[in-house]
This record gives sequence, C-alpha cells and structure tokens, in this order.
Amino acid sequence: MEIIVASTVGVLTAGGVYLLLRLRTFAVILGLALLSYAVNVFLFASGRLAIDMSPILNKYGDGVYTDPLPQALVLTAIVISFGMTAVLVMIGLGAYLEAGSDEINIDPNAEDDATEPQA
Amino acid sequence: MSHAGHLLIIIALLPFVGALVPGVMIRAGRTACAWFTAMPTALALVMLLILAPAVLRGEIIQAEITWLPQLGLSASFFLDGLGLLFACMITGVGLLITLYARFYLSGDDPMGQFYTYLLLFQGAMLGIVLSDNILLLLIFWELTSLSSFLLIGYWKHLPEGRQGAKMALTVTGAGGLAMIGGMLILGNIVGSYNLTDILQAGDQIKASEWYLPALILILLGAFTKSAQFPFHFWLPHAMAAPTPVSAYLHSATMVKAGVFLMARMWPALAGTEAWFYIVATTGLITMVLGALIALFKDDLKALLAFSTVSHLGLLTMLLGFGTKAAAVAAVFHIINHLTFKAALFMTAGIVDHETHTRDIKRLGGLRHLMPITFAIGTIAALSMAGIPLFNGFLSKEMMLEEASHTKWLDSYYVVPVLATIGALLSVAYSFRFISHVFLGPVRDDYPAKPHDPPFGMWAAPALLCVLVLVIGTMPFLADGIVAAAASAVTGETLDPHLKIWHGVTPALWMSVIAVAGGLLLLLIHRPLDMAWIKAPRPEAKAIFDRLISGLVTLTRGITEWSHNGAISRYLAIFTVTSVALGWVAYSGSGLSAPTRDLLPVPAVIAVGWVMLIVATVSVVVMHHHRFRALVLIGIIGLSISAGFVYLSAPDLALTQISVETVTIMLLLLALHFLPKMTPKESPLGLKLRDGAIAVVAGGGVGALAYAFMMRDIDTISGYHIANSYEGGGGTNVVNVILVDFRGYDTYGEIIVLGIAGFVIYALMHALLEGPAARRLKNTDYSQDRSRDRHPLMMVVVTRVLMPIAVVVGIYIFLRGHNQPGGGFVAGLVIAIALLMQYMASGFAWTQERKKIEYHTMIGIGVVIAGLTGAGAWLAGRPFLTSAYTYVHLPPIEEFELATAMLFDLGVFLTVLGAVMLMLYSLSRIARSAGTAAEVNETPMDYDPAEPVSANKAEV
Repeated sequence: MEIIVASTVGVLTAGGVYLLLRLRTFAVILGLALLSYAVNVFLFASGRLAIDMSPILNKYGDGVYTDPLPQALVLTAIVISFGMTAVLVMIGLGAYLEAGSDEINIDPNAEDDATEPQA
Repeated sequence: MSHAGHLLIIIALLPFVGALVPGVMIRAGRTACAWFTAMPTALALVMLLILAPAVLRGEIIQAEITWLPQLGLSASFFLDGLGLLFACMITGVGLLITLYARFYLSGDDPMGQFYTYLLLFQGAMLGIVLSDNILLLLIFWELTSLSSFLLIGYWKHLPEGRQGAKMALTVTGAGGLAMIGGMLILGNIVGSYNLTDILQAGDQIKASEWYLPALILILLGAFTKSAQFPFHFWLPHAMAAPTPVSAYLHSATMVKAGVFLMARMWPALAGTEAWFYIVATTGLITMVLGALIALFKDDLKALLAFSTVSHLGLLTMLLGFGTKAAAVAAVFHIINHLTFKAALFMTAGIVDHETHTRDIKRLGGLRHLMPITFAIGTIAALSMAGIPLFNGFLSKEMMLEEASHTKWLDSYYVVPVLATIGALLSVAYSFRFISHVFLGPVRDDYPAKPHDPPFGMWAAPALLCVLVLVIGTMPFLADGIVAAAASAVTGETLDPHLKIWHGVTPALWMSVIAVAGGLLLLLIHRPLDMAWIKAPRPEAKAIFDRLISGLVTLTRGITEWSHNGAISRYLAIFTVTSVALGWVAYSGSGLSAPTRDLLPVPAVIAVGWVMLIVATVSVVVMHHHRFRALVLIGIIGLSISAGFVYLSAPDLALTQISVETVTIMLLLLALHFLPKMTPKESPLGLKLRDGAIAVVAGGGVGALAYAFMMRDIDTISGYHIANSYEGGGGTNVVNVILVDFRGYDTYGEIIVLGIAGFVIYALMHALLEGPAARRLKNTDYSQDRSRDRHPLMMVVVTRVLMPIAVVVGIYIFLRGHNQPGGGFVAGLVIAIALLMQYMASGFAWTQERKKIEYHTMIGIGVVIAGLTGAGAWLAGRPFLTSAYTYVHLPPIEEFELATAMLFDLGVFLTVLGAVMLMLYSLSRIARSAGTAAEVNETPMDYDPAEPVSANKAEV
C-alpha cells in the first residue's frame, strides 16, 4: 500500500512539475492542480497509512485511531488550494483578455508597448 | 517595576509620541510648532534629572516589558552613568537645536516635517543609550540610520542633500548589518541578549573562539557610524543637511553613537590586544587624517566635519587604549567636544545665514560686523584648539598624557608623536577658523550684508559657550557625571578628580609644541594650501560611487539572468534548487532502517491506482486538448477521494469530492473564454529538459514519501485523540482539531479564503472596466452554446434537488462535530446546490432570487467565528476556548451544543460565501460577453405551459 501511495505522489508531482514548466497559463494551472493533489496526499501520508482506523472516537470502548492531525491540516489545505486555483484562473483569464495571449513568459527583448489585442 | 522604571519607559517613548505632534501643530504657526517640539524633549530631560541623583549615587535603574522571553525578546531599558550622560546630551542639545532651528529654517521649509524627523531621530538615539537588550538596541540603531537619512536629505530639492543622505544611509546601514551579526554572536556566547548580562560576562566572551569575529563585526558597526577611517567619507557629505541637523547629528548624537557603543561594550570587549590594535590604531589614523584634511577645507561646515572626524578618532583611540584613565579622558572629552562643536556648527550656520556663504576664502573681517558671533565662535574654537582655561584643553591634556606612555609595537614614540601632530593640526585649523573668518580687514564683497542674528539664534551657542568656560575654569563641577559615566564604562567604581593644572608633565610640553606648531602652520597656510590643491588625492566620493555602480551592475546582471520575465525559468530554477537541497539533506545523513511493514494492497485499490496513473500520464500527454484534460483531472480527484475513504480519512474524502466538483466547474467556466487548445510550441529540447526535471522531482518526492511512511515517529496526535471528547466535546477528532485545538489556524484559513474571494471579485471588476470589456463584447461566443441552453429536464431536476441538497448540507454540518462532516464540507455542498441553479436556470433568474450578497456572507462568517472566539474572553479563557453542554429536548434524542458549532457556522458561511463569490464573478464575465448577451429572465428557453404556436422559433 505504501508503494502505491508513494508512487502516486511521485507521478502526480512529476506530471505537475512538467505541466508547470509549459508556456501557457492553462497548462500551468493544470500543473498546479496536480501538484496540489501530490502535496495534499504527501501531507496526509505523513500521518502514516492506516486502514479502518478513522479518527472518529468510539464512545463505548477503546479504539485504535489513525493520526488525525495531518488530516485536519490537509482538509484546510484542500479548501485553500481551491481558493488559490480560483485566483490563478482569474488572473490567467484577465491576462488573456487584456493581452490577447495566454503565454506566461514575457519576452525580454520585446518592445514594451500596449498593443491592442487581436480578437 | 519600580516607580523610576516607569519613568524610564516614559522617557524612551516620549519622543516617538511627541513626533506625532509637530506635523499637526505647524498649522498653528512656526513658533507654536517649535514649542510643541520642545515639550516632549524638555519633559524627558526633566525626568532624567529626577532620576539623576540616584544614578550618580551609583544605582542602576531598570525597567522591562516582556514580549517573547523565550526568544530573548523584551523591551528592557536601563539607566546607568553612561546612559544618563548621553541621554542628557541628546535631550539637552535637542532642546537647543529646536530653538536654533526655529530661527534658522526659512519660511519655505516645511518645518513640521523637520521637527517630526528630529523627534524621531531623538527617540532612536535615546533608545540606543537606554536599551538593556541588544536586539532592541539594534532596532534603535537602524532607526537612527533611517531617521538621519530623512534629516540629512531634508532639503529634497538639493542633489547634494539626496546624495549625502543616500551615502550616509548606505555606509551606516551596511555597518549596522555587520553589527547585527556581531551582536547575535555575542548573545550566543553569553546565552542572553540582556546587555547587563553581557557586560558581566567579559571574561567568557574574550575566552571564546568567536570573540574576534564578534569584535570585528561590532566594530564595523561602530566605525561606520562614528565615521572612522576608512569609513570617514560619508560624514562630510552629510553636511548638505541644514545646519541644525549637522549641529545635532555631528556633535552630540549620530556620530557619537559609535563611540557610545564602544564605551558601552568596553567591559565585554576591551582589554585585549586585538581591541587595542584595531581600535586605537584606527582612532589614531582617523584623528591625524581628519585634522589634516580639515586644515585645507574652505567650506566652513566641511572644516568642522573633518574636525569632527578627527575628534571622533581621538575618542576612539582613547577607548582603544583600554586603560581606566583613558576611559575617564574619553568620557570627559565627549562632554567637551559636544559643547564646543555644537556651538561651532551653529556659528557656521549663523555666518552662512547672514553672509550667504560658507566659503572661508570669501570671508574675513567679520569681527566688526558680527561681534556677538565673533565672541561665540572664538570661545568655541579656542576650546577646540585646546587652549588653557577652555574645556577642550583639559581633556586634550588627559589624552596627551595617556598617549605619552602608550607603547605601540615595541615603540614608545609612534603614539605620542602622532598624537602631538594631531593636536598640532587641530590647533592650526581652529586658529584658521578664527582668523580667516573673523579677523583681517573688513571686505566689501560679501554676498550679503552681514550683521548679528536675532537673539533666538545666538542664544543656544552662547549657552554652550558658557558651559565651555565654566567647565574650563571649574572642571570639578563635572566630577560627578564624569565619575558616574566612566565607572559605567569600565565597570569599576572610579573617582577621578578633574584639575586644570597637573604640573609640568610631558603632556604639557606636547601641548606647547602643538600650539606653537599650529600657529606656525597657520602662518604658512597659503603656500601649503597651494601644494595641497596640486597634490593628487584619492576622492572618496568617486571611489564610493564606482563601488556602488559596480555592485548595481553585478546585481542587475544576476537579476536579468534569473528573472528575465520568463516564469518557466524561475519555476525551473526553483524546482531544481529544491531537489538539489533535498539531495544535500539526504546525502548528509542517510536513512535509518524502516520500522513499519508494508500494508497489503487489495485488488480494487490496485485497479484504482492504475486508473489514477493512467489519468495523470494522459493529462500530461493530452494537455493540449483542454476539455479532455479537465475530464481527466476530475478522474484523478475522484480516485484520490476514494483513496482517502479507504485510508481512514472520511472527512478528507468528503472535502476532496466537493472541492473537486467546484474546481472543475470553475475551470470549465474559465475555459469558456480561453482558447480550447494549447498550441504545440515547445521545442523537443525544452520538452526533454522539463521532462528530466519533472522525473527527478517526482522521483525525489515519491522516494521521500515512501521513506517517510515506512518509519514511525513521535507525534503530538495522541494528545488530540485523548482530549477530543473530554476537552472539545466531539468524537470527530479531525473536526475538533479544526474548530478547537487549532481553531486559530482555521480562523486564519477562512479569512484567507474570504480574501481570495474578494480578490477575484475585484479582478473581475477591473476586467470589466478595462479594455478587456470591449474585447469581450466584440467576441462572438455564441457558436459554443448549446441550442438548448436551459434544458427543461435539468431545470426541473435541480429545483427538486435543491431542498434535498440543503437538507443534506445542514445534516452534514450538524453531525460534523461527532461524525465526518462539518462547516467546510457543508459550505461546499450548499455551494454546489446553488451553482446547479445558476447552471440550470440561468444567471439572471438565480441572481434575482438571491436575497443576500456573497460579500456580506463572507463578512458575517468571519465575524461570527471571531466573536465566538472572543466570547471565551468573557469567561476569562484564552481566545477560541470552546465550551459545550448536553441538551435534552423530549421528542429528540439528547444532543450536544458546543460553542465550537457556532465557530463552525462561521466557517460554513465564509466557505459558502467565498466559493459563490468566486464562481459568481466568473459568471458575471460570461454575462457581459458576446453580442448575444440577452440573458433569459425565465428559467427555461420556452415555457411548456404556453401553447406551442405561441413559441418563437429558436434563435
């Protein structure tokens, strides 16, 4: 099971990093989404894996529970990464609508004039 | 804290509080403004005088406000003899400067600003001399650099003022940085950042192997501040400041800060060979060099500036000697230098103010035209020259006495000879100041008709001259304060007796030589001056400018290489660096043996894993088809949710699945306006490079995760599990952590989420008002639309689903404390239910039925959460402590009510509001897009209730 989770984290990271290095906003956003998955799973896994040990206390006896702390942290991380993705999407969209291009790299040699975007 | 301690803290705070006043009071006129500036200063001085008797008796007054004691951070102050001396100088001269500046500054100068800067600076200086914590001292130290920058550059319209201010800030700021390093080392050696502890640990410090680095770093700070060679060049350029500033900064305060620091650190650092050779030698060189340059300066203020450099060198040298008698001489000279130098600067200012020039070559004969100024200038200059019966003579004699028996590298001659030369040059430039400005024939070519200034302007220097004469003739009056300060410097009780006549000593002969030689130099000044002008000299400013421009070129080169506008490049550099750092960490220590066994993998999980991997690889391969990539992302997210369920994380699974839904909707909405395909433009080389980076990074992270999971570590989670029910009143530990144990974190998170919502809303507004709006209007998106935009089936189903979804949301919310669920998930579920209405029935239709703004919802959510947390204060508990009770209402089963639920309600509202605001903003853009923007007000494209014939043909 550990190998499954570790390889998932690895593949998601690799895919995320590759997409992150692409030249268009949308690919970068996809890359960040993959990377968020990877990071969240990684953080979650730092509490070690456990099966059938949900951190819901059993009122009628002692139980063995998995580590709840990483779960709490990852829960907020998931929500925050949604917020981050949303902001990025909006910035990417704004950049595209204003500039007429969704390239992320600024050509340092290009003239710095505000050309009217071609529809 | 004692009564005196309170006073001390008030003294330290007064100037900062006072700094708020002049900016306002300037509206009441310049005189009123000056009065209000003088008040906090005078008040501080009075309080110091109240504390003075105790300090002179040898008591040390301490006050402390603890802040982060674990880190050694506290606002602690103390007042001993040295601090008292400096604090009195700072406030006393501050008062005189306030008076002087009132008359000096012209009506065009913004005086309110000036006084504000002055008080800020004064506060920073007071902070330095009163701090008992070296970290606090460092903060005040940097504050003096900053506030002096404002003062030196006060005349913003003058390029020299700006350049001088910049140079002063660069040099003293750089020295300050070095000093931070030195102080931290010192704190590390002693194990305390308290100055009083450090001063008592002198032996421990000197024995440490870190002594030399700490010494050099701290001295760098002190030398740059006190303009010691080779950092002396900034001080003359700072003379571009208005004269009151020069008089304040360069006589009593700023440049004395370095000297103060060396005196303060004396017990901890002085007495070693390294100290002697670094400090005394630097001081000696600075003293002679400064005096030599001063002799040939034609600008009155430049002459005084270099003479200040020279006298600071003298002080540094005395402190460098490391003997008690030298420390007494240094303390005494600090007082004397202050009196005559401040008076001289003010005299120079008066001459400048009245004749409109400071060029010595254009002056002369002012004796008859400005008799009062002449008297003041002469008294002060004679003291600077070290003529008997003036106070400068006394401390100079003590200096020469010390120099006469100081050995430097086996030689008994180096120090006395050089010291005499320094004194000789000092006599020469002092006499030059008198004779070339005031003596000689009256000229008829002054730029303005000179006459004595009004009383207010000469009152301050005259008072200082009285002090010069009083101390000069009756030095025993200064015994008390000199004894107290010198005792504080050396850390031993000293009882010096200051006298005018010490008998015929070597020092007296050295003095005689100096005065005679100085007069001789003045006689042959003209030919010497010619030679000086012809001689090649290194120009400090040019060297400094070249150094700075070289640095700028270097940093610009680095920046342009690494930050050339290509984000891909930053990200690549960042990724590679992270991986490299990970590798360094790994190769440094290696791994311990695994302590856990692998868990088994059931077949269904293996299938899910294959699906997830295939989907991820497919996203990468097919990311050019954007819609397809989104579908695949959805698969990945759902697989991960399933994984969470299997791995005992039901809360995470719920959150992931709902976030997934919202994210995909968001991306779909955005994709509506973006190109549907990513062009294939990366060259093969780039793809291979990125691929390699990605594989290495992924492999590294994967290996790290694996290594992590195979080993057990101690965690603090046991505490959470044990106390979740007892302390937090809930059985869902994850939820209790969110709303109780780590409630503060969650509070921060929802605020961040709310801000993200507002950011998106603001971006949308900016977008719709910018050029993009036109572009949106002119783009025809209609071909993307389905012909049946609001299908009947969907409208009906979503309507039916809405109440069910809301009930589910409420259910999830209510059970959250004990079962998987809670505010986060509930907020997302309701958000999805609402979004379905937007999608099915249209934006306008839904918008019309919305009763509450999403902004308001975010605000209310944060406020509820905050108030819930603050409610704990009423019960005398820390922020966000939760309380709970069990309620039994007959028809329902017994249930629990916890304040945590109220907090969770805040979370719920904020999440709901933020998510809705985000998607609403994107939809707003959609609404204003395209020419076919007629938005339906009815839920469906046609009304099935109306007869068929009445239906319009489809548009």
